[in-house]
Amino acid sequence: MSKQMMLEVTEVEPLTPLVTRFRFEHPEKAPLPIFSGGAHVVVEMPDGEMLRRNAYSLISDPNDASGYEIAVRREETGRGGSRYMHSEVTPGTRMRISVPTNLFALDPRARKHVLIAGGIGITPFLSHLRQLDLLQQPFELHYAARSRDEAAGLKLLPKSARIHVQISDEGNRMDLGEILTDQPIGTHVYVCGPEGLISAVLDAAARHGWPKGALHSEAFASPPPGKPFTVTLAKSGRTIEVSASQSLLEALEAAKVEIDWSCRGGACGRCETKVAACDGQIEHNDHWLSRDERAEQKKIMPCMSRFTGAALVLDL
Amino acid sequence: MTLQFNDETFRGDYSYFNTEHAIKRLPFPFDRDEYVYSVNIEAHPGGPKGSPFEFRFDVDEHYVSEMKDRAITLDDDPLRCQSLPHMELAGWDLLEIIMVSKAEDYTDLFTLHRDGNRWHWINRPLGIEQRFTFLDPTTLPCGPMEYITRQTQGDFALLHERDGNLWMDAGMVTSQADWSLDFDIGMNFFEWHAPVPKAKQMGVFDKALKFLLAMQQGQSYRRLNWTMTVNPRLDTSPENYHKWGPEKRTITPENVGRKQHLRIELQSFWRLPRSNAIAFPIRCYLACLEDICTQPKWGRRLHRVLRDIDPTLAEYKGFAVNQDMIVNYLSQFDDGAPTSPGIFPDA
Repeated sequence: MSKQMMLEVTEVEPLTPLVTRFRFEHPEKAPLPIFSGGAHVVVEMPDGEMLRRNAYSLISDPNDASGYEIAVRREETGRGGSRYMHSEVTPGTRMRISVPTNLFALDPRARKHVLIAGGIGITPFLSHLRQLDLLQQPFELHYAARSRDEAAGLKLLPKSARIHVQISDEGNRMDLGEILTDQPIGTHVYVCGPEGLISAVLDAAARHGWPKGALHSEAFASPPPGKPFTVTLAKSGRTIEVSASQSLLEALEAAKVEIDWSCRGGACGRCETKVAACDGQIEHNDHWLSRDERAEQKKIMPCMSRFTGAALVLDL
Repeated sequence: MTLQFNDETFRGDYSYFNTEHAIKRLPFPFDRDEYVYSVNIEAHPGGPKGSPFEFRFDVDEHYVSEMKDRAITLDDDPLRCQSLPHMELAGWDLLEIIMVSKAEDYTDLFTLHRDGNRWHWINRPLGIEQRFTFLDPTTLPCGPMEYITRQTQGDFALLHERDGNLWMDAGMVTSQADWSLDFDIGMNFFEWHAPVPKAKQMGVFDKALKFLLAMQQGQSYRRLNWTMTVNPRLDTSPENYHKWGPEKRTITPENVGRKQHLRIELQSFWRLPRSNAIAFPIRCYLACLEDICTQPKWGRRLHRVLRDIDPTLAEYKGFAVNQDMIVNYLSQFDDGAPTSPGIFPDA
């Protein structure tokens, strides 16, 4: 679990009908820890009976200790975290925020950085751009969104010949083949957005012969809702119900089961949990376990993954 | 308390010495009467007042002489300090964390004034005053990591995180227990730990790496490590093995208490905010067996630890050749009485 700070919301600004920007500051205006481009924080939301914790990329200047900013897209079909942010949080609200953690850092060895964002996946790149500016490193940013309603980044991006925006509703599409051709040797590619965009970029890069070490991705993942299911804890024999709008991790936390976590998006590996018995199918929604590990069904990432079947017993 | 700095050498006539005060505050590395590998990590800073755990970067009576010794080593071999080009930001992170910490923790010795990026640093023990622009390397006489580590006791490795591993991409290493930055630079966590016996099979490195990668800023940690060194020499490097290796053969039953030193490493781990790199300071404390045995608990315990240690570890730590003489010497301080738990001496 991360170290946390109690911060106050000082600004709530709708960027588009779907996406809202929130600014957090220390109640006594104390400086906050500075951070590195691509870092995220975990925001705690006391949503009725449930304590939600969602990870959001920081979009503000990493060198600015006066406040943290995030942009949240309202997900009507999500578990409820983004709806809580949009409906319950106003200037003056105090919220617990973790210290920044970075799972999507720039590789400073790169001779050039190519940033590819889809939809709300623009958020980590907003702090990357500040860091690139500080380091004076060459880059180009390609930003695709379905519609202007979704394209929250438009308001936050500087005007630059190195920033290219494609709105698919307006008939513009990102040409990955062209982006990935003719880049200088030593270029690194970073992609953040929906699964489809990430796999398209990684596939295209593989076809064009890019080395794996030059490719970086961060799925914009929050735990998907699903059908309710039951888990049994091997050590205590307890059974815990996971509701449709809860992740397994949230259900374990609600039941006061101690479990380590950090990113809550299936990327950092901290909440990896051993499965003692599994009669059914684990829906692995994480990016941590390997293909083989998924097939074995002996481990699960409770922050993201769900279960369907007769019985799931965790080694807890 | 104003610190008095010893005038002493770590080579040649080896005039290094510990005052009684320095002995009592040694970070004795054994919390029980035996030594086994463990990932013995705890939060840092934090510890009794006056102990080397109290502050983020401990400054003690050896400070000024240690910095002189570092300068001599660097003059002979500039490759003891290296920073790959992408590590400059991590160097600034390190400079910031050390300057801010020292100025807060030792107000009589160090002062830092900051006006935006215009910084003014005063280091009284070394007689240094520097105005510079933070993040602008042209305003310092050398790179930021070299600048601050020429003024800070202990070796420093800066580890870059990528591909789920840590890479030793910068460092200042002049007081090391027989390892070489010039050899290890650019290696990953498993590569530079390859010479350590047994630990890999025990899964120690997988666990340690996992822990380090999960480390967040604002949460720093420490662990103690140790080895044995003949004469109070900081620079026991592979590069200079021809100078210090043969000294192992100068130990006699008469001089072992003065010449044989326990070399303690206070290692700490810091996630750096701007670069997301990890800083790994390795602070060295030297104490001869006579010094150690002034504390009855430590004399008893060190005897038992070195007598019963796994022979592979005695070999790896480089004292197997003198183990009998060392254990014989220490046995006179071991009356068989039980020792209290923990590392601190009995009051």
